[in-house]
Amino acid sequence: MQCEILLPVPTSNSSDVIVVGAGMVGAACAYYAARAGLSVTVVDRGAVAGGTTGAGEGNLLVSDKEPGPELELALLSARLWQELTASLPPQIEYEAKGGLVVASDAAGMEALRDFATGQHKAGVMAEEIPCDRLGDLEPHLAPTLAGGFHYPQDAQVQPALAAAHLLRASGARIRLGEEVTHLLTQADGDLTGVRTATGTLHAPQVVNAAGAWGGELARRAGLDLPVLPRRGFVLVTEPLPRMVRHKVYAADYVADVASGSAALQTSAVVEGTAAGPVLIGASRERVGFDRTLSAEVLRRLAAQATTLFPVLAGVRAIRTYAGFRPYLPDHLPAIGRDPRMPGLLHACGHEGAGIGLAPATGLLIAQLLTGQQPAVDVGPFSPGRFTSVS
Amino acid sequence: MPDSASEPYDLAVIGAGHAGLAGAVAASERGLSVALLDASGQLGGQFYRHPAPALGAVRPQALHHDWAAFDGLRRRLEKSDVGQFLGHHVWSVVRESGEQWAVHAVTGADGGDERPVRVRARALLLATGAYERHLPFPGWTVPGVVGAGGAQAMLKSGLVLPGRRIVVAGSGPLLLAVASSLTAAGARVPAVVEASGYLGYARRPHVLAVNPRKLAEAAVHASALLRHRVRLRTRSAVTEVHGTDRVEAVTVARVDPRWRPVPGTGRRIACDALAVGHGLVPQIDLATSLGCATRRAPDATTSLVLDDLQQTSVPGVWAAGETGGIGGAQLAGVEGELAGLAVAARLHGKPFLTEHGRARTLRRRRDRMRAFADAMAAAHTPGPGWSEWLTDDTDVCRCEEVTAGRIREAVTDFGARDARTAKLLTRAGMGWCQGRVCGTAVACLAARGDDGTVPPSVERRPLAVPVPLGALASLDEPDEPDEPDG
Repeated sequence: MQCEILLPVPTSNSSDVIVVGAGMVGAACAYYAARAGLSVTVVDRGAVAGGTTGAGEGNLLVSDKEPGPELELALLSARLWQELTASLPPQIEYEAKGGLVVASDAAGMEALRDFATGQHKAGVMAEEIPCDRLGDLEPHLAPTLAGGFHYPQDAQVQPALAAAHLLRASGARIRLGEEVTHLLTQADGDLTGVRTATGTLHAPQVVNAAGAWGGELARRAGLDLPVLPRRGFVLVTEPLPRMVRHKVYAADYVADVASGSAALQTSAVVEGTAAGPVLIGASRERVGFDRTLSAEVLRRLAAQATTLFPVLAGVRAIRTYAGFRPYLPDHLPAIGRDPRMPGLLHACGHEGAGIGLAPATGLLIAQLLTGQQPAVDVGPFSPGRFTSVS
Repeated sequence: MPDSASEPYDLAVIGAGHAGLAGAVAASERGLSVALLDASGQLGGQFYRHPAPALGAVRPQALHHDWAAFDGLRRRLEKSDVGQFLGHHVWSVVRESGEQWAVHAVTGADGGDERPVRVRARALLLATGAYERHLPFPGWTVPGVVGAGGAQAMLKSGLVLPGRRIVVAGSGPLLLAVASSLTAAGARVPAVVEASGYLGYARRPHVLAVNPRKLAEAAVHASALLRHRVRLRTRSAVTEVHGTDRVEAVTVARVDPRWRPVPGTGRRIACDALAVGHGLVPQIDLATSLGCATRRAPDATTSLVLDDLQQTSVPGVWAAGETGGIGGAQLAGVEGELAGLAVAARLHGKPFLTEHGRARTLRRRRDRMRAFADAMAAAHTPGPGWSEWLTDDTDVCRCEEVTAGRIREAVTDFGARDARTAKLLTRAGMGWCQGRVCGTAVACLAARGDDGTVPPSVERRPLAVPVPLGALASLDEPDEPDEPDG
């Protein structure tokens, strides 16, 4: 008997925009697009917050950014996060805890001072803390440090919960466990939707918010977008009474973030959480999507964290995990229309700052989708900047 | 021992239970230098757990069958030059180069004098055993509810009973053994409550027929229970525990073949303790961190994929015992010896050693016992209806106090689809036990379709045990491989 080939029944679903990716950035794009009056479908091959969002610490930082387009985005985001906090439930664990960047010697302190001066002109608040006052902010800090800078605009959220609540608040239609296999275009090249393993979704505009997999999604549209994974490990301690009040990190962190090197860099960022554990990041290395544990990374993170906070030496790490930051060669995200495919927008490549930069990204994407003037200049984030196509 | 302190061992064996002991002895007797590590201060693992000498037990073997096998291995180990690293908590294993592995451990984790230790070896044998599978139900956190395996362990190591009148419940062959040990130690066991029937075994008569020893064991337990007038209730489950400060009674209800409670069949049984167990879960954290391939075993647990000679999918890493699927101590011993032999054959460059004689016997024995273990595992797989025991306010994650209702909400309202995202949204599994207790339950509740079947999910725990940051920070200091104790 000849086999009958059964084709899957196409399920047709139309909306104004499809957001690919149910992480923090996708949730923010959906939220602001819906608020702008668009009907939104969010599709993800996995669960909500199943990728980089679920592997991060929830940093909302301005302190680590030098003046420039990313800082502008971060400052807009910091304001938007405050607004969002007022409308989202407290479960997202937003905490305006402030950052504390410390230096071990006078030279380091001088470098921090220069950096803060530049940031100040761009609208960042930073207060110099001499060594004898560090203890007021962080009683358990090592007494040998030279001093530091306090950044009151730095904050934190629990990223998975923030994404889940924001996505829910968006009212978007959500399709999980559906991987986008193709982007569909008309003969004239205009985008008409996406195909997933289980059906076809129609929309004239599609937002690529696939994070570290954003490059892969672009490839499925026949386009190149050089998003690379940059691996980071986080160490999580046993639950503790509040010992670390701010986001505390050493001055080298800023240089590591800006570095383009593929080699391992570590600079401990130490912070307490509402639930009790202390989180210790942040390592950076470009090794592809490899989750294999690196003892050397853990050694360095633990050594740096216990140098900052000697009291942590006796505290146990109960968990560690790797995540993959979506990294673009110039460390700026891709936000905006793809000049090569009408209807396709990108919102990915935020590296380690995606949680912090998500609201501003979502707002800009919504403004672009609805033809409004973007709140900040999106030129530096143009997805077409890596190709010679005009 | 390696010739010099900087040389790696030929083989590092992690776990000194039956599998690890047999593997270490077999490899050592074939000329390999072997390091044997275990978190416990004594040899024997969970099965051959025995009282500390200070307790003055005259006949520790009274609670064990097969004590002679253990005793024999122990003696051969003492005669060998296997480096023993007892009291070493292995937190990770990493590949240092193509041919060399580093086993990272901390010592003194219980005493406070914690120190990192690194043991290097050319091959690894993971014999890390298993831990109990827990399925929550209303009241399972009341004092007096203990794991069936935990009750057995208390008895074996401390000669302590969890109560005087103990209901034994859950599913699996361990229940009969536990009930029989408890009655032997003087407890009353008003009922053994088994959620499955025993018909599952009858469906594989050939497997039973070639494993007569297992039948004999069951017969021994059954007659002991008969003697103590213990009632065996099959196709039943404890669906609720009564009491607040202490167990006072349990409700036992009939369950249908899908393990859904049959309404109106609940009956109260007075007791002061409940020993409940749903079989065991392979302890494979070290292996999954190395990227070893896994399979879904017939009992719905995740175990390692092993080749005919016990090697995992990662070359240079072997495994034996429960890590390859729950099968009991005897099978573990057979697999351990076979793995030890296979490693020796590989490192000596003599692959033919695994094709004849002892290796062939071991392989045949292993295959026969594995078939039995698989039949037994299939018969005791949790039915998909078990989660209907849970009320929305039942705590599922005890460490973080997360209820079934919150996990269900994370799935229906917030887009969790698996244990990992349920954890991220509720904290279930983020506490001290790192999901070892609630993992099965959370995975079931988070799975799509709500049919309660245990979904295949590989949890990653790159830190197999907690490690002090100070020990991590000083990792590079012990540059030379450490000397074993004694």
